[in-house]
Amino acid sequence: MDKRISAAAAVAQISDGMTVGIGGWGPRRKPMALVREILRSDLKDLTIVAYGGADVGMLCASGKVKKVIFAFVSLDFIPLEPYFRQARQNGDIEVMEVDEGMMLLGLRAAAWGLPFIPTEVGLGTDILTHNPDIKVIDSPYDDKEWVAMPALNLDVALIHADRADARGVCQIEGPDHYLDDWMARAAKNTIVSCEEVVETSYFQDPARARQVFWERSITDAVVEIPGGAHPTSCNPKYGFDVPHFKAYNASAKDGGFSAYAEQYLAATETEYQERVGGLDAIRALPLPVY
Amino acid sequence: MTAATEYSLAELCIVAAAEAFRDDGEKLATGIGVIPRLGASLAMKTFNPDLMMTDSEAFMLSEPNPLGDRGADFAQANESWMGFSRIFDNVWSGKRHAMLGPTQIDRFGQTNTSALGGTYQQPKVMMLGARGFPGNSICHRNSFFVPAHNDRVFIDGECDFVSSIGYNPARLPKGRALSDVDIHRVITNLCVMDFGGPDHQLRLLSLHPGVGVEEVLENTGFAIVVPDEVPTTAAPTEEQLAIIAALDPHNQRAYQIKDNPPGVRG
Repeated sequence: MDKRISAAAAVAQISDGMTVGIGGWGPRRKPMALVREILRSDLKDLTIVAYGGADVGMLCASGKVKKVIFAFVSLDFIPLEPYFRQARQNGDIEVMEVDEGMMLLGLRAAAWGLPFIPTEVGLGTDILTHNPDIKVIDSPYDDKEWVAMPALNLDVALIHADRADARGVCQIEGPDHYLDDWMARAAKNTIVSCEEVVETSYFQDPARARQVFWERSITDAVVEIPGGAHPTSCNPKYGFDVPHFKAYNASAKDGGFSAYAEQYLAATETEYQERVGGLDAIRALPLPVY
Repeated sequence: MTAATEYSLAELCIVAAAEAFRDDGEKLATGIGVIPRLGASLAMKTFNPDLMMTDSEAFMLSEPNPLGDRGADFAQANESWMGFSRIFDNVWSGKRHAMLGPTQIDRFGQTNTSALGGTYQQPKVMMLGARGFPGNSICHRNSFFVPAHNDRVFIDGECDFVSSIGYNPARLPKGRALSDVDIHRVITNLCVMDFGGPDHQLRLLSLHPGVGVEEVLENTGFAIVVPDEVPTTAAPTEEQLAIIAALDPHNQRAYQIKDNPPGVRG
């Protein structure tokens, strides 16, 4: 089976109103080339589920989003994502704000075919006040009440990996696969962009096989896009692009997203990469130090 | 142990932050921000070597990392993988103590990291979001660090958005006790406090050198409990200052409190 398709063909599988989970964490290993392909499309009214960064900000700024399910949206070294902030402060979007761990439980419930997973997380907070659809239930086994975190069923998951073979075996080589495995499992259709498509024999090395976090039946499409996480990081290959994020952040105050898009987005990913200095420059971005 | 005579307010706060982790035993110490992280690291390097710590990315360390650029030859002391998904398993187990800096703290110890003013649908100021605060607050011990103690942080009334559970009887979940919540220390640029007053009221534990009770009261938007005798926050020792300097070779601690004042007010 050959699951390789183009970014445009992958995004053509997404329809208006769908719920789209996006892998990565903040400014780290986001499938940004796939996000940019959505920005170039006519898609609208999406519900986005993410440990959010510029992916969420850009989609909000370009009017693609009806609702965001989030625990945070942040660029880390720039704590507040400028366009998500604008969208919230303008009242442009619906939100379902949850705890980071509640999001994980929601994805697990979806992956396991459960309607909900009980947890104490969220009790006593405004997560419950502002999410009347998240129910608190009695337990059949004790006298406490518990939050019934509902399944976050995804129509599509978008993930960026280091390598994949044509059949959808995906490797995340960096130190953390974040919650990408749960995003993949929670989705009906998992689309994975990768730095490099490799032969299946690549995974014979057990150290590499250990870096595969879901089985290939979970992967529906593979899109080869070297540098496809830019301006987010793809550790160990490249760090996040600090000057680019600073320019992105500044654009929110001066010119707006249309000016940013005009300067960088371009009609194709090849052209985008030329505008940000080329693939070699992306691959040379230093890893962050914490 | 020689008490230092010259030290910055940031260094005093780092030592006070370290004290918060003294009795934790074998827990994951998570200090978010320079002063909490240095506090947790100092505790692990000195009186509580059983603490666990991560590299803020994906590995657990047997020795805390110094902050910032560590040079090409530096090899961090990994002891296990600890990616973000495993952090939640740790959080839910309760074997963690996090020290964080919320934007608002109310009289119940509830905090806000999410949104200020306006309506929830259209807040005046959108901040980070609830992040992990709901889970942290109900699953394990937490402390707070506030670099600028004022009544915009310690607010009159309830938080605009309650990100973390506190000692609010009106929000107590069924089958649980207020004493299940564990807010351990609140460290500011003026003082150290806890929620050990009657009915879990905020209580003054120590004043930083040269700070008076009145200044704390004026800058806190609600009543706090002031014991008859309030000691002075313990000064760092020379040994502690040396360890802090080694953990923070680029002196990031000098940029955490406005104007980097001395620990003893002139």
